[in-house]
Amino acid sequence: MAIVSARAARQHQHRASSGWRRLRRSQGWVAALFLLPAGFGFALFYLWPALRALWMSFTDYNLLRRSGDFTGLENYRQLVDDQLFWHSMWVTVQYVVINIGMQTVLALAMAVMMDRLTRSVIVRGVLVLPWLIPQVVVGLLWLWMLDPRLGLVNHLLEMVGIGGQAFLGSPDQAVPTLAAINTWRFVGYTALLLFAGLQMIPKQLYEAAAMDGAGEWRMFWRVTLPLLRPVLALVLVLSVVGSFQVFDLVQVATGGIGGQPGGPANSTLVIYVYIFRQAFNFNQAGYAAAMSAVLFVLLACVTFLIMRSLRGSRSDLA
Amino acid sequence: MRHRTTGLAAASTCAVLLVAACGDGGGSDGNNGGDTDAAGVTIEYWLWDSNQRPQYEQCAEAFTAETGIEIEFSVFAWEEYWSNLNTQFTAGRAPDVFTDHLAFYPTFVQDQVLLPLDEYIAADDVDMDKYLPGLADLWVGQDGSTYGLPKDWDTIAMAYNSAMVDDAGLSADDINTATWNPDDGGTFEDIIARLSVDENGVRGDEPGFDPNNVAVYGLSFENPSNSASGQTSWGNFARSLGFELLADGNPWGTDYQFDDPRLADTLDWFARMIEAGYITPLGDLQGVGFTELFNAGDVAMVTNGSWAISGLVGNESIDVEFAPLPEGPEGRWSMYNGLADSITADSEHPDEAWQWVNYLGSAECQDVVGEHAVVFPAVESSLEIGEQAREDAGIDVSAFLTYIENDSTFLYPVTTNFDQVTQAVGAAIDEILLGQRDAAEALTGAQTQVDQIMGR
Repeated sequence: MAIVSARAARQHQHRASSGWRRLRRSQGWVAALFLLPAGFGFALFYLWPALRALWMSFTDYNLLRRSGDFTGLENYRQLVDDQLFWHSMWVTVQYVVINIGMQTVLALAMAVMMDRLTRSVIVRGVLVLPWLIPQVVVGLLWLWMLDPRLGLVNHLLEMVGIGGQAFLGSPDQAVPTLAAINTWRFVGYTALLLFAGLQMIPKQLYEAAAMDGAGEWRMFWRVTLPLLRPVLALVLVLSVVGSFQVFDLVQVATGGIGGQPGGPANSTLVIYVYIFRQAFNFNQAGYAAAMSAVLFVLLACVTFLIMRSLRGSRSDLA
Repeated sequence: MRHRTTGLAAASTCAVLLVAACGDGGGSDGNNGGDTDAAGVTIEYWLWDSNQRPQYEQCAEAFTAETGIEIEFSVFAWEEYWSNLNTQFTAGRAPDVFTDHLAFYPTFVQDQVLLPLDEYIAADDVDMDKYLPGLADLWVGQDGSTYGLPKDWDTIAMAYNSAMVDDAGLSADDINTATWNPDDGGTFEDIIARLSVDENGVRGDEPGFDPNNVAVYGLSFENPSNSASGQTSWGNFARSLGFELLADGNPWGTDYQFDDPRLADTLDWFARMIEAGYITPLGDLQGVGFTELFNAGDVAMVTNGSWAISGLVGNESIDVEFAPLPEGPEGRWSMYNGLADSITADSEHPDEAWQWVNYLGSAECQDVVGEHAVVFPAVESSLEIGEQAREDAGIDVSAFLTYIENDSTFLYPVTTNFDQVTQAVGAAIDEILLGQRDAAEALTGAQTQVDQIMGR
């Protein structure tokens, strides 16, 4: 649909007189005027700090001394040798893969079920409830519920005979546990986004498919999924970028109450926690800025790859 | 020392400096103006232990009545306190006065964000000998300047559930006279084995004990990787083997000795005890914490600092007794640590801030600290008031004082970059206690990192 309208607009433009063009230019001014407040906020709160951080990454800026000398690429060189940096990257990737895998599959299933079975506003409302809870509260809530000895979850597991698990206390289970907690929080929200995408798919396609003898399963793979692709790509980009930036959940829920976040044995040291630690515990803002810069480039690449591989900017409906 | 709250400390983040110019002495309208008049000035004061807020609020009340200087309190939980402080330093909005810790102040001194107190101390002729021996010296930087006035001190001892000790057929005397060594664990290992009970009621020293289904652990302590000092756990045990954390002296050493075999032996013993089911496994310490486990009756005995006494006797249905740490081959040792109040270099009212710091460290306020009996006051005369207050409450805390009497305390490590050292060592200790790595190997790796951090 987007392509059709763009083509129409282009044809329209060819026919346009010079008067039209002048009006269009003045519309540009009006548009710029409308964009000004947002642009101002963007420049002040995003662009400027980002540029400043980029500059900082080339210095040995110390947070307490509020100054730093230009050191060139020293931070980046140090970063290449920093085992903990690569370790935290690896932990983050594991977390993202488990989190996004679980979250997307579940959300898709929920969205399709909602689309085919119910239109209840209450169900939709309940789905986003976890998303409305602040992440810090989510972290504390699950920390208590998942406590290996005193937590509710292990109590239930023991009652049904599965036996207690260490969850956040075990180096093997900690990352999947965090991913599951985050999935719990975001799955409803993601499902709603996908649900909105599903509603854009014309119903007659399902009718036609049904007449051709396709079952629900086949319709899902042949109709729903291909037509949902642009929305799915957008949702994936948003959730992958969001997932990479996990911080508060790990900071609060790992290491126990009063403990060092990222434990046990650095098994949950995600990149943002490490960046935070370097900047605000060790005061090495320059080094932390260099890590952020690398993460920025990485996330830009991931976004590009997802959009590209899923052809996220084009729809098959056209 | 990590005075910390188990709950979430409600924290007011609002940082407003109110300076009143009006000379009516007590008004605090937000007029910027002359600051020669102390009355009407507001001093911001930070601490991390909400349990201690009432005692210092009582001090502040008397202080304000005397001087007209208002005190504005902010409490942050330990895990947020230091990063909050760093960001406030960066923003130039640090509190005038804050509770300072030995693990962090060397870096603050290095980065020149603290105010040296020497001139004030000299001008007001503060008697530094009123404090317990050694406490004031801890706050003297490498440049010879003093950066904090002592306010309290702490040592480490054991708290035990006396009903469980009785059930195990042990006596208070057994625990008070316990011996320890890393080879066979001494009588201390026998005690924690005896105190451990599995789900079937089998004790740790009886055949058939199931270390994977333990109902009551013999011993627990705070997450031992939280601090490279091992303050509340392994540090004291290693010291009783003669281990010294810093070879070139403490305070201000740089030559850490994490690869010392005595430390490896100590941590190997802890790892063995975890495997045997006598000490809570590391995973159980990553949740709500060992104090809750003790109060829930899941643990028979814990080691912790004197600041935590009130938390340990928090469950009234449990009868709690205190005992000194076990005696090692080189004696019975406890880490000795004290907090102080420091003034920030950015403070707009350093004179008034000093008056408050001086008052906090005075016998008058320290007596109040003693009465509240949350921590041990740094002033010797106030300490007696604290002991009396606890005796009246029926709590015998003499175990924490034995080390002072016997002169068997050693200092918390005072070095720069301690936070980074903790990161390197903490992960290694986790690996050892999880049984993933042999202590000697893990600690040698950690030592290499520590040397790098310390620039050696």
